[in-house]
Amino acid sequence: MLLRSPGFAGENTAPFELKGSLFTLTVMHLFQLDRLAIERHLAEKVKKAPSFFNNTPVVIDLEGLTEPKNGMDGVDFNGLYELLRGHGMAPVGIRNGSPELQEVARRAGLPVLPESRSAGVARKPERAEPTPARNRLINHPVRSGQQIYASEGDLIVLGTVSAGAEVIADGNIHIYGALRGRALAGVKGDVETWIFCQSLEAELISIAGRYRISEQLDPADRGKAMQVHLVDDRLVIDHLTR
Amino acid sequence: MATVIVVTSGKGGVGKTTTSASFATGLAQRGYRTVVIDFDVGLRNLDLIMGCERRVVYDFVNIINGEANLNQALIRDKRVENLHILPASQTRDKEALTKEGVERVLNDLRQSFEYIVCDSPAGIERGALMALYFADEALVVTNPEVSSVRDSDRILGILASRSRRAEQGDPPVKEHLVLARYAPERADRGDMLSVEDVLEILGIPLLGVIPESQTVLQSSNSGVPVILEDGSDAGVAYGDLVDRFLGKNLPHRFITPQKKGFLKRLFGGG
Repeated sequence: MLLRSPGFAGENTAPFELKGSLFTLTVMHLFQLDRLAIERHLAEKVKKAPSFFNNTPVVIDLEGLTEPKNGMDGVDFNGLYELLRGHGMAPVGIRNGSPELQEVARRAGLPVLPESRSAGVARKPERAEPTPARNRLINHPVRSGQQIYASEGDLIVLGTVSAGAEVIADGNIHIYGALRGRALAGVKGDVETWIFCQSLEAELISIAGRYRISEQLDPADRGKAMQVHLVDDRLVIDHLTR
Repeated sequence: MATVIVVTSGKGGVGKTTTSASFATGLAQRGYRTVVIDFDVGLRNLDLIMGCERRVVYDFVNIINGEANLNQALIRDKRVENLHILPASQTRDKEALTKEGVERVLNDLRQSFEYIVCDSPAGIERGALMALYFADEALVVTNPEVSSVRDSDRILGILASRSRRAEQGDPPVKEHLVLARYAPERADRGDMLSVEDVLEILGIPLLGVIPESQTVLQSSNSGVPVILEDGSDAGVAYGDLVDRFLGKNLPHRFITPQKKGFLKRLFGGG
C-alpha cells in the first residue's frame, strides 16, 4: 500500500523523480531459438556457476540469431522468458534483431533496448584466447588538454607530457621526456604497475588509485628522472637508476 | 602551390593580429603574392591594424554564403604590392564559418596567391578551429608568461590532432614559435619567462622574438603594420622573422638585455 504524504505538498515532495543511470548487465547472445538446446545449455551453465544465476538481469541480444525459416510463428518469447526465469535469470529486454523479431518481443512484453555497439559480439567463442597486452606508443609530445589512454597495456610516450595533459594506462607508463601533467597507471586496479619519467614535474601521479599531487612531491625529486611504484599500498618514488 | 599559414595562440591579446599583419606584409614586401584573412568573425580587427577599415565592403562571410565574389571582397593594400586583405564580418558570429565554405574560399585563393595567412581568433572554439583546420604551417604566438604558454601548448595539441593534416594522416602542420612582447631585462630578473623556459615547455622551433615595444601600440592605432615602421625594434624583429620563415639563417636579436651606457644608466633612459 502506498503511503500518503502529508498535506503540505510542496515543490520538493514529488513522489518520484526520473534519472538516467548506467548499469552493467549480462548480455545473452542468442544464436538459435531451439528451446531444448537453450534449456540444455542453460542447465549446464547453472550447474557450473549456480550463484551467478541468482535473479541476474539479462539482456537478450538477437544480432547473431539466424532468422527462423518458418516465419515468426515459431518464435516464442514468452516461452523463452519463462525458461530464463526458471533458471534464475531476469530478462529485462532484447536488443538488435530484425524489426519483425523486435515486434514479437514487444508483444511478449520484452522492451527493445537501443542498440549499442558492444565490442566484439561473442559469436565465435572458440577465438576468445587471451589477448596479448596492447601497448600504446605515442611518438609526439602530449599537449595540455590532451588525454591519452592505453587500455589493457602500457603507455609509452616519446616526448614530454605537458602541464594540463593526462596520460592513463591499465598497465605501466613510460615517459621519455618530462612529466608535467598527470600520469595514472594501473587504473583498472593493477597494483603492480609503475610510472617512469625522465623528469618528474607532475601535477599528479597515481598508481591503482593511490595518488599524490604536485604539492605532496618532494621538491628534491623535482626535475629528476624518477620511477614510481606501490609498496604496501603506498606510493614510493625513487631515482631512476640501476 | 599555395601555403596556408595560421597565426594562432589560444590566449587573446598576445599579438596574433599584429603578427598576422606584419608577417603578411613582410611576405608581400619580399615579392610573394599574399593574402591575410581575418577569421575573427564578429570581432573584426585586422582591417584596423592594416589601416583599411574604411574600404571594407564585403567580407569573408559574404563569400562563404555566396553573397559576393572574392574580387569584390579582397582589399588591395595601398602601401605594399602583392598584399590583399580579406576582412571578417563584424555583424555575424563564428557559426557562419562552415568547413565547406572555408575550404571553398581557400581553394579559390590558392589559385592566385602563394601565401594565405589566417589570423585566428582567440580561444579553441569554432573560429579558431576553422582558422587552423586547413593550415600547412602554424605561427604559434605566445607571451613569456605561464598562462599564455599553457594555452599555446593546448593549441599545439589541437594542431596535432584536429587539423585536416592530422585527420587525413598527412605530414603534420609545421609549427613555429613566435615569442612576442619579450623584455630581456625582465626575463633576466625572473619577472617573466625566458626564451629558454618557453622553448623547454613548448619544444617547437623558435621563429622569432618580438621585443616589447611602444611602437607596436602606436602603429596599431595608426593602422600601419609595425614591420613598416623603419627603425623600430619590433619592426626589425618581424623582418627577421619573415626572412627566417623564408629560409634565411639569422641569429635572434633582442633576447639579451641591452647594455646601457654610463650616461644612460645615470639618467635612467631606456
